[in-house]
This record gives sequence, C-alpha cells and structure tokens, in this order.
Amino acid sequence: MSTPVTTSTPAPARAAIPAHQRGLGGRLLAAILTPGGAVFVLAAVLLIATIQANPNFGDPGVVMLFLGRTAPIAIAAIGQYYVIVSGEFDLSMGAVIGTQVVLAGNMIGEDPDKVVPVTVLMLLVGAAVGFVNGVVTTLLRVPSFIVTLGMMLALGGLVSYLTGGAATGNPVDEFREIGRGRFENVPLVEFLPYPLLILVVLAIVASWLMRRPFGRNLLAVGDNPESAERSGTSVWWLKTRAFMISSLAASVSGILLVGYAGVHPSVGDGYEFTAITAVVLGGVLLGGGRGWVLSAAAGAIALELLFTLLTVKEVESTWRDTVQGVIIILAVAVAARGWQAGRRPRGSARQAPSTRIPTTPTPGTTNGDN
Amino acid sequence: MRSRLQHLTSTGIVVAVLVLSLVVGAILTAIEGRNFLSSGNIDAILTGCSILGLIAIGQTLVILVGSLDLSVPFVVSLTSVLAAGHMAGEPGNVVPAVLLALGIAAVIGLANGLVVSFLKVHGFVATLGMGLIISGYIGSNYQGSHGLAPRSFRLIDATQIGPVPLTFLIMLGCALLAILMLRRTRLGHHLYAVGGSPEVARLSGIRTSVPVVVAHVLCSVLAAVAGLLLLSRLSVGSPTIGSQGDYDLMSIAAVVLGGTLLAGGKGNIVGTLAGVAIFAVLDSVMGVMQVNPFLKDVIRGLVIVAAVAVYAGREIDRRPARFDRPTGLDAVLQETK
Amino acid sequence: MRKSPLLRGAVVSAAALLVLAACSTDDSVDDPAPDAGADPETSESADASADTEWFVQADFDEQDAQRSATFEGDDATPWLQYIDGPMTDTKKYATQEAQKVCFANASISNPWRQTGWITMNQQLKALQDSKVIGEMETRDAQDDDNTQIADIDYFIAEGNCDVFIISPNSTAAMTPAVERACETGKPVIVFDRGVNTDCYTSFIHPIGGYAWGIDTANFLSENLEEGDKVVALRILPGVDVLETRWAAAEKIFKDNGIDAVDYFTGADPSKIKQIISDELVKGDVKGIWMDAGDGAVAAIEAFEDAGVDLPVMTGEDEMSFLRKWEETGLTGLAPVYSNFQWRTTLLAVEKIVKGEAIPSEWVLPQVPITEDERADFLEENDGMPDGHYAKFGGEDLPGYPQVWQDRKIP
Repeated sequence: MSTPVTTSTPAPARAAIPAHQRGLGGRLLAAILTPGGAVFVLAAVLLIATIQANPNFGDPGVVMLFLGRTAPIAIAAIGQYYVIVSGEFDLSMGAVIGTQVVLAGNMIGEDPDKVVPVTVLMLLVGAAVGFVNGVVTTLLRVPSFIVTLGMMLALGGLVSYLTGGAATGNPVDEFREIGRGRFENVPLVEFLPYPLLILVVLAIVASWLMRRPFGRNLLAVGDNPESAERSGTSVWWLKTRAFMISSLAASVSGILLVGYAGVHPSVGDGYEFTAITAVVLGGVLLGGGRGWVLSAAAGAIALELLFTLLTVKEVESTWRDTVQGVIIILAVAVAARGWQAGRRPRGSARQAPSTRIPTTPTPGTTNGDN
Repeated sequence: MRSRLQHLTSTGIVVAVLVLSLVVGAILTAIEGRNFLSSGNIDAILTGCSILGLIAIGQTLVILVGSLDLSVPFVVSLTSVLAAGHMAGEPGNVVPAVLLALGIAAVIGLANGLVVSFLKVHGFVATLGMGLIISGYIGSNYQGSHGLAPRSFRLIDATQIGPVPLTFLIMLGCALLAILMLRRTRLGHHLYAVGGSPEVARLSGIRTSVPVVVAHVLCSVLAAVAGLLLLSRLSVGSPTIGSQGDYDLMSIAAVVLGGTLLAGGKGNIVGTLAGVAIFAVLDSVMGVMQVNPFLKDVIRGLVIVAAVAVYAGREIDRRPARFDRPTGLDAVLQETK
Repeated sequence: MRKSPLLRGAVVSAAALLVLAACSTDDSVDDPAPDAGADPETSESADASADTEWFVQADFDEQDAQRSATFEGDDATPWLQYIDGPMTDTKKYATQEAQKVCFANASISNPWRQTGWITMNQQLKALQDSKVIGEMETRDAQDDDNTQIADIDYFIAEGNCDVFIISPNSTAAMTPAVERACETGKPVIVFDRGVNTDCYTSFIHPIGGYAWGIDTANFLSENLEEGDKVVALRILPGVDVLETRWAAAEKIFKDNGIDAVDYFTGADPSKIKQIISDELVKGDVKGIWMDAGDGAVAAIEAFEDAGVDLPVMTGEDEMSFLRKWEETGLTGLAPVYSNFQWRTTLLAVEKIVKGEAIPSEWVLPQVPITEDERADFLEENDGMPDGHYAKFGGEDLPGYPQVWQDRKIP
C-alpha cells in the first residue's frame, strides 16, 4: 500500500507534495490523504466489502483469479496514464485491442510456429498506431481527443471490413496460454496467473520510467506545456512516446484478452472509457501534470472490484450503471478536493481543471468589445 | 502557414471545407446517376443536420467554458421516453410533457454544472458518470419503445416549408438564440472568458461557476429538444435512441471540426453548424454510393482528423482575432469578435 | 447599449419563428404526414405495451403451438417453408422486367446479420442471373432508428424502387416509415423484427422469440433440478426479438422453480467470463442460458478455468458454440433464429414478380439443433469461420462455400 510514496516522482516544476516533507509515518498518512493514495484505500474497502458479502472471495485462489483477469484493464490504465499525464487523451485504445485480438485470431490460427512472429508484428502495429496518434497530435496540432477518436473509428471500421466483422476463430492454445495460463503450486497464493506476473513487471517498469527524465519531463509538459517547451524539451517526441506506450499497453492487453476471453470483435469495446475512468479513479488529473502511475493501476483494480461487488450484492443488472456512475463522480470529487489540499502550500488553488490542449497558447478572452 | 489563408478565420476555413464537400458531394452523387439537389436528398441532408446540430450547439457552449458533455445521448433517450410516456397519444398532454422533459433535462444539466464547478470534477468524468446514472435509470424503467406521440406532435417532423423540414428550422432558431446569447449578453462574454482562462476570469471579478452551470443546463436542454424532435419523428419514445446516434462523440467531433478549441475559450456556433453539415453531406454521399458500413466509419474517422488538421496547424500563428481586419465573410461568420 | 440589440434580435427571431410556424401549418397538406388512419393501429399497439412488460400470453401460446405446426413446402428448402395462413395476392405486380430492389437494412453489426447479409448477396447474384432482379440498392442504418427513417424516406423520394425490403431497426419507431413505403403502392417486404402495421406485402420471420425461450428454458428445466441456479446472459435490453426470448424463458424458469439470474453482456466475452467467474465463486451454477450464442465459448471457459463441472447450456447455431459444445461434450442445445430468412426475402421478391401468392405473414421454421444432429452440421460447415451460422441455408447458392469462408462483406 505504501508503494506510491516511494515511486511517486513529482515534477520539478511544481511544489512538493506534502508527502515529501515529513517522516515516514507522516508521509504514509499524507500519501493516503492524496487522491493517488486514497485509491488504494478505496480498493481495500471494496475488497473488504466484497469478502464480507461473500467470504469465498477471500480465498487466495479466487483473489489470484481476480487479479489475473484485472491485469488487462490495469495494463491499459497504465498506458492511458502516460497519455493523460501529458495532458492528452487516448480514445483509440479499445480499437487497438480489437485489432490485436483479430490479428492474433486470423494470423496465428492453428500454427504454433507463428506465435512469435505474429506477436512481434502485433507489437509493431501497436507502436505504429501510437506513433501516428502522437505525430498527428503534436506536429499537425489536432487535439488528441479528435485524433484518437478518428483512429478509433478508422481502425475499428478497417478491421471489421477486412475480416467481415468476425474473426476466423481462436488461435492456438500456446498463444492463449499467455493470458490464460498460471504457475501452479506457488506458496501462500496457490497459483500465480501469467497476466498478473506481466502486470507486476510492467508496473515496475512503468514506475521506473516515471523516475527517469522521460517521466519527469512528461509530467512537466502536462503541468505546463509552455515552460517545458521553453526549457528545450522536445515536446513532440515526448508525447509521441507517451502515445506509443499507450498503444503498446493496449496491445499487451489485447494479447492477454485473447487468452482470457478468446477472439471476438467486441473484445476491447469501451476499454478506452474504462481505462480513462480507472486512471481518474486513481486520482490522476485529466488535463495532465499530476498523478502516480501505480495509482492508475490501482484505479483499475478498484473499478473491477466494484463490478464484482455489484455481482456479489446481486444488484439488478440494469441498475449497475447507475451505481457505477455515482461512485465515479464521488471518488473523483473527493480526489479533486485532495489535490486542492495538496496544492495549498503553493497558494492559489487552481480552478476547475480544464482540458488543456498544450500545443495552443492559452487563448485570451475573446469577448472583446462588440 | 501565413499564406493567403491568413485573413480567413478558422470558421472561414470550415465553411470553405463545407463548400468543398458540397461540390465534391454533388459530383459524386451525379456520378451515381442521382441529383444532389433533389428535394429528397436535400430533405435527407437537412434532417440529418437537425438532431446532431441541436446537440452540437449545446456541446459548443459546454466546450467553450472548458468542459465537455458525454451525457447527451442519455438525456436524449430519457426525454424521448419521458415525454412519450406523458403524452400517451393525447394531444392535450403535449405541452405538459414537453415542459416536463425540458425541466428534467435542465435539472440534469444543473447537476452536471454544479458537479463540475463546485465539486471540481472534470467535465469528462462528471458527465460520463451522469450518463451512467441516467442509463441505469432508463434500463431499469424502460425496456423498449414507450408511450406515444399524438398526431399533432408528430406533425413537427412531418412538416416542411418548401424543401426545408421544420425540425431544421427549429434547430436554426436555437442556433440563432445561442449566437445572440454569445454575442450580445454579458453571460456570453463571461462564457468565453471562463473558458479562455478561469483564473484571469476570476481575477477580473467573474463568478466562474455561473457560466459553467448555465452552459451545462443549456446543453442538456438542447439535448432534450433533440430528444423531443426524435420523439416526433419516431412517434414513440425509445430508451436507446440517444446511444444509437453516438451523439456524444459525434457532437464533440462536430464542434471541434467547426473550429472551436477543445480547451475552451474560443469558437463559435456557425463553425459548429458547418461541422455538422459536413457530416451530413458525407453521410448523404456515402449513402448514395452504397459504401460498406464498416468503411463508412473509416472514412468518417479520416475526414474528422484531416479536416481539423487543415486549420489546427495555423491556429497557433494567428494573432488574437481583434487585431485582424476581418474580411467581409468573416464579419458575417465570426460572432466571437 | 448592449441590451437593446439583444432584445431587438430576440423579438425579430421570435417573430420570424412565429411566421414560419404559421406558414408550416398551411403547407402541411402536401406532407407525408402520418394519416389519421394509421392512428388507431399505432395507439393500439402502444396500449398493449403500455405496461412495459414484454410478456404477452397470447403470443406465447401462439408461438408455442407453432413450434409443432406443419410447414408447407419441401423440408429440403426450409427457407421456402411457411405455416399455412392468409396469403397476399401479388398478381398486380407480375412483370417480365428485372426489378429494382431497395433494401433498408438496420445494420450488419453482429455475426448473425453479417452471415445473413452475405447469404442475401449470393441469393441476389442468382436472381440477377435469372433476370428477376436488376439491381439492389442498400442503405445501412448502422443501428440507428433516425437514420433508417431517413433511408426509407430517401428511397421513397429518390430510389426509383420497384420493391422495398425493410429490416427494421426497431418495431414501433419504424412503423410510420414502413406505412409511407406502403403508400407508394409498391410491394413492401419486412423481415426479422416486425412493425405495428400489416400494410406490407409480406412479413418474413422465423417463429419468434417466445419459441426460442420455450425451447431453451424447457431444455434446461428438463435437465436440471428444482432450485438449481441458471445464469442468463443477455446481449442488451430493449430489442423485442431478444426481450421476448427472455420473457418466455423467465416465465418457464419460474414455473419450474429454477433460480435464474440475468446479466447484460453486450456479447463481450471478457464480460461474460467475469460474470460467470464471480457467480461460480458465489456458489454452484448448474445452467447457462443465452439469448444469443455469440460469446458462448467464454462462458464455457469460465467453468473450465474454475475447474468445476460444466453446466447444462443453451447457445445458438453459431459455429463457435457448436465446436466448443462438441469438444467439451457438455449437455447442450443450440436454438436457432433461422438465418436463412435473409435469402427468403429475395425469393419472396421472385414470387411477387411472378405474380404468385405469398404468405402475408411468412412464418419460417425455427428448429433447434440437438446433440444428435450436431455432427452433421459441423461436417457441412467445416472450414467456416467461428462467426458463421450453421443454419444459414446457402449451400445451393453460387460461391458456396468460398464466399462464406472468406467472409467478404459486400
């Protein structure tokens, strides 16, 4: 639970978060009070509530299964985090996942020898999509919301067109093992699903990346694009890499989902919104510059726990959306208060966070005399 | 970048793109052996503009203040079933049902606005959540077509003045009112100010929450008008009609296509209407050419990005509008000067 | 200074709107306004659904009886079979000329519709070769009522159509537009989902959702004990052909003491798998009911991953389910919502052109695939993609089997 404290890397451009000003106990407490820490508390509360409602969910095997199936969305959330923290959106995630799933189904088929080359190809496709998203956003200066919305429509349509809407079938089991397999007889937890392992590795890499200059500059760009530009950071390449990370994360999610769910054109539907919701639940500020990467992953876990709790509580299927909506708004409202508190030392609390499009100068008030 | 286009505002470019798409559309339609200007085609295009147009006008207001509204499809659906249920085929119920639908929508918009401005929740999340809340309510209470619009109400959709559908005129009327509001009222100016820079606006003594809340209320109410027009068209309330049209993302796309900055503070209604019209022309041409439905999405996606790219790059070099000498065209188009 | 222009503008625009409104009332004569005659029908149907319940006992009983009805015609060509009933005389449409068909399609957004659409296009080729149909113009509404109404109106105004085929996106909303198509005097064929009018020349559909619900719920009830739990996986709410399936099944489950809980999945296999996994943690699940078989494989895999006994299950005649069913050997049934109705619509055009009478309501057979027949269907459809439907009924059409295997969407 204390991971965010050690891995969080505040951008040099902004004031220190209270978490870095006190002793360990104080820091822990302060971290929990920030939105990035609160999500871990939220996840814990949801887990306890679920176990309380049905003790079976406390069984280590069940927890492992749950974490395993949450890995794809958590990985997607980690990818989305990079884009959001740099002040952009990636709406093409679901379409990328769908593309990868169909690619796996149609290109690997029943031939185990194709697993490696096609996996490499899928990752290349993912990187390429991210590169296009990034370049069009940064160099052509089209808002990322629009770029990735266009990418979502174009990619989704193209894949459906090329495959006639339905993939041939599931690929060989060797490939599906990545998302479906597990290490058996692991002490304490019975077994360890591969997806969970992949998630842990990627989470470590992600938090390492955020401590590198790349991560710090990304936060700086998201916090204040102009100052970052002036300080000589190559904004376009920085953001393009964020988009590539996002698409690659979606590709990995896709690979895991082929294993978990199988090949189907609707796999990945709505993942962009789920991932953004997870990131926001993790206390990451839309508009950029703020938030911890591991909180994004925790946000995904909290979101999935919420769905499970709704199932356990037998909430009527039609009302689930409503409950989900209320909880998202409340969680983010609390988080917004948290950031405000966190920023208080600097004096002026920022007003309602706005979707900043960094490549355009903050427009002046154009309500001049008429 | 600073070429002969420099005197054109982004709205000017959008209109130019619209004219271009009209010309190309007419040519492609003619190649298919059809008349682009036939009454049937004009009717289809104008009808196609009406619903998305209404929603996009509201979306423009919300985006101008630096927020977003993803709950519009659900507001559309909700008003459609609520009004249909209360009308229940009785002409006498039309007025109360319409007022009820608009009132409920206003309350939803109010809630959105309050959550955004006072709870400091980003518009994206606040309205995504609101959309889910409404969606759950609709799903729990309406399982299919609901209620019935009486003939008098259905006439709204069936009425045409020449080749122009009444629904289109209603949309234009709402657009006109929105333009007047933006150009001529203090509220309109505050809307731009808050969207441009909340901090500056606040320091200059504007209560920033007011424009945000008003924009959200107007957006929801306009979505409700769209829902009512759809009810008039479908004759029954439909709990899924809003989601069917993808009005959330398409309206945002139309607004940005129309030259409004997604960050807020800059943009106008005329551009949005041009953006909506470009979509309608595109749909019309793809319909006539019988483009594969999957490829339609591909083309839409490419057009959205390409069209925005045309002027997005030069936006940055433009001096603040008030220092330019407006061209005659711009003077007509640019209500934001 | 600021207020006066605003006020002036508002007054001017309000006045303009008033003038326009007044003008419109006068001009409404030449509009395709829904005529008064249509009102009783639509309001009647609205009354019937006013309680927002999908279950209508009379329809349930009728479809229950139709399950065992005798079908006219050859068993080898089930797409031409129908239940004896009122016929529409089509002599006035008889012609030698190749017809222009206008098809307003709801969408091709799921594997069932894609399969049918491919079959329909191959049937079209056959009828174009025999000069019955000259051209088919298609407009796809992409699942949007509003678009489909515009599509139908466009066809009426500009399509130059000899025959209308409409696959409605939704029942009540499409009724006025279908009525407008009927007013042109041209033959109108409606298929799959219905409309609340009988102005059409023929309404082609398999028996229906209740029959599906009865077949499947009876099967599960017979193979399960009272008190057993069934998880019902449903695609989405609000679509009549799907809602009636669940309405019938829910009633039968209740009558037999089966504990059924339903979820909406959007046919997303990862969602399906999550739901079942969670249900399995909560307790035993003995049966799976689906309102469409798309995504059935994920449901079965959830049981495999949890390492528990496979459920008794009803899916659909989609290849993915048939294959998994055979592989696992679970107790199952594949209900069918006859995909071959897509070619029946064009064959109905052929009959109209020839002036042959056709059933006003053309009820096609809808026979589930049982375990005994499964091997035959798997063999016949060998090489077809997972999203293909076993009872697609296109084996005698040009391009078989390549076109369906390649799944090229026209």
